[in-house]
Amino acid sequence: MALIGRALLIMALGTAGFGIGASIHGARTGRREWVDAGRRSVYALAALATIAFAVLEDAFWRNDFSFNVVANHSSTTTPAFYKLAAAWSSQEGSLLLWVFLLSLWSSLILFLVRKRAWEITPYATAVLLGFAAFFTSLAAFWANPFTTSANPPAEGAGLDPLLLHPTMMIHPPMLYSGYTLLTIPFAFAVGALITGRLGAEWISLTRRFALAAWLFLGIGILLGALWSYTELGWGGYWAWDPVENAALMPWLLITAFIHSIMIQEKRGMLKVWNVSLVLGAGTLSILGTFLVRSGILDSIHAFGASTLGVPFVILLAVMVMGSIGLIVWRREQLRSDARLESLLSREAVFLFQNLVLVGMVFVIFWVTFFPLISEALTGTKVSVGPPAFQPFIVPLALILVLLSGIGPIIAWRRVTVANLRRNFALPVTAGLVTLFVLLFWPGGPSSRPFALIMFALAGFVLTSVVQELWRGVAARRAMTHDPVPLALVQLIRRNRRRYGGYTVHAGLAVLLVGVAASSSFQHSDDVILSPGQKAHVDGYTIRYVRPVETVSSQKIGFGAVLDVTKGGKHVTTVTTVRNFYPSQNPADGLIGKFFDTSNADSEVGLDQNLRRNIWTVINAQPTPLAPLINKGNSVFAAYAPQVMTKAAKLPPGQAQSAMNGLWAERDLAVTEIARRFVTHPWPTEFLLIVAPLVSWIWLGALIMGVGGLIALWPVPSFARRRERVASPARPTAPPPVPVREPV
Amino acid sequence: MDPSRKRAIRLTVALTAAVLLASALVYVSFTAGNKEFTASQLLARGKPGQTYELAGTVLNGSVQRDGTTLMFRIRDPKLPLSVPVRYNGIVPDPFAPGRAVMVAVEKGSAGTAYIGQGNSLTTKCPSKYQAAAAS
Repeated sequence: MALIGRALLIMALGTAGFGIGASIHGARTGRREWVDAGRRSVYALAALATIAFAVLEDAFWRNDFSFNVVANHSSTTTPAFYKLAAAWSSQEGSLLLWVFLLSLWSSLILFLVRKRAWEITPYATAVLLGFAAFFTSLAAFWANPFTTSANPPAEGAGLDPLLLHPTMMIHPPMLYSGYTLLTIPFAFAVGALITGRLGAEWISLTRRFALAAWLFLGIGILLGALWSYTELGWGGYWAWDPVENAALMPWLLITAFIHSIMIQEKRGMLKVWNVSLVLGAGTLSILGTFLVRSGILDSIHAFGASTLGVPFVILLAVMVMGSIGLIVWRREQLRSDARLESLLSREAVFLFQNLVLVGMVFVIFWVTFFPLISEALTGTKVSVGPPAFQPFIVPLALILVLLSGIGPIIAWRRVTVANLRRNFALPVTAGLVTLFVLLFWPGGPSSRPFALIMFALAGFVLTSVVQELWRGVAARRAMTHDPVPLALVQLIRRNRRRYGGYTVHAGLAVLLVGVAASSSFQHSDDVILSPGQKAHVDGYTIRYVRPVETVSSQKIGFGAVLDVTKGGKHVTTVTTVRNFYPSQNPADGLIGKFFDTSNADSEVGLDQNLRRNIWTVINAQPTPLAPLINKGNSVFAAYAPQVMTKAAKLPPGQAQSAMNGLWAERDLAVTEIARRFVTHPWPTEFLLIVAPLVSWIWLGALIMGVGGLIALWPVPSFARRRERVASPARPTAPPPVPVREPV
Repeated sequence: MDPSRKRAIRLTVALTAAVLLASALVYVSFTAGNKEFTASQLLARGKPGQTYELAGTVLNGSVQRDGTTLMFRIRDPKLPLSVPVRYNGIVPDPFAPGRAVMVAVEKGSAGTAYIGQGNSLTTKCPSKYQAAAAS
């Protein structure tokens, strides 16, 4: 099977190479059959990648440890769901996943546009196949998922316990879908620049894919934050880690792009911005893939040193140089069709939004790479953490929220006093009322100015969204006399892009309220407690009721039941557990391997509602059990070889029975030792956090996701209408033979 | 006002804002950042009573606990050296022997361990692209 997999990779590489040549040849000669051959190469690549991925998944499913990647990342005891997802927990498998997803999305876009954009599509096909060839060659020659071992182990190493979490298994496919979807508008932008067809055509072809990329990347980022909050045991959801930043940067740029293209569609403006944003987002998606696997940062926050750095640097250099070269070459055709008439206009707001988002990306990029930059400039590596981000990101985020409220309600071209009065009176009033109420609220956020401003801006944004929805419903009801709910549904159905966008803005406001509140008003305490003892956090009393322990073949857990009260009234009861997974190191001993502290994770004790979260985690350590563990290791170190020696002389059935007896005695000893955590509990460390409005973050993200889906959903055919663009570029009928644009 | 003059003014304002932002960013990066020291640099240049940002990999077999105190050694990335650290505070879940960590430490008197500052210990993300320990 491994041989089949390796052969499939080589075939995929050959197919990609042929497709690149066929597409370019077809574009340059105007021969349609070569263009079609290039497109069909993408379909063939998708089929080959799918089969190759299926072969890999099959190896994981069958526990075929002759595959090195299976032996290193899975085991017979890995649960089925994680076994299949373990395929992309490795460098090799994740590269194959990249190729698989890229080929699928590429096939989809090329199928959808197969009768359109004759000039642009061949070049876009070549670019997409170029990416596919790059990643396929990495998988084939640098990090092959189908390498095998002549002496496979009887058992695999298993998955890192911290990755045994549903969110962490879905997170990579979501992120990679986002990254691969970003290559599609990138490729079509390159095709548009090469052919000089720089109207709205390439945008209309790829807008939904850009939006899908935004959605998938956003889901991936959210899942990562959720995992961090519920699994990593530090109580936070965002640490400005390079891994996190690597996904956030392209997401911010594609956010700018999907807004900015509206200006090009309506007024023929911001063309340079749009090509730059999409080329930048595509480049940052490759940079993100590069950051997490090359070891280039080689700092505390990067992981996975490998030999892939050089190929990625070359690809990134080609993308950056190529993008700049194409934009400079086509700068005349990228001139705007109209001029900015007023700074108080929707066009100006979108321009400011671009500037803010690009500014945020610049800050994140600079601070993320600062250890390298400082080392290059001064010879000393300087590490920076959240204190370097916050002075810039917080004000920029506030401006972004403000713009998200202004954008939908400000007039095109130039505001008038009437427009201001009509559209801004209510939202501004709501924002000011929110501000003043919270300013004078007892125990309110007056001591945290940034949080206070964020809450006021959220009031402004949410009111502007509700105002627009209300007006749309009222206008619809005036025509159709539908009941309000039906009118609302029909309104959204017929204007999905607009109202999907408004929904996203509302979700963003809710999310950032959650961020502002939870980060500004969090209370925490790191305490040592014995059973019966209490701690006090933000008015809550948290009592360590009793210890709990769990023992299974997969892990041992030491936990605690905690009772939470406030003002003498019971609030909730939570349980937090620290799990220890068996080590594979023989030096740990037959008993000690089950108490390996380097292979541990936390189950957070969490009680959450819309108002506040109570987050607890236990940091139980088996240190007091060391004498018993060492004694057990000694006993079994002497006993086990005797049993094994005797078993070796017995028939297979009796030998198995003898070994089963040995393992049963071992398991009994482990259980008895673990039980001491309950029968003879020792003082244990807890981290206790009370934070307000954390749930608003997840709720806001969910609202944003729903808004994205609404905007992405295809418009029903009976309601479809042609978009009027100021710079039409789509020909009314395809020419019989594609013609190459003169340079 | 002449439209081209308007555009020139806007461009000037935008570029000025960008330069100011970039300058502030550079300044904050250098002042908010912490110089990283390896084990060998700390041994060579560390002064008693001073606090340093120590970065390196946790030496295999060096992790011990004494109640709530975590004791481990951080090895130099290039030289066969390591320094002992005593740490009290939040230990991130990914902390493990062989994993890269960073911790703020205060150098004690000669021959004693470096004292880790509370809650300053950070670790690498769990590596998805390195194999777990071999069986």
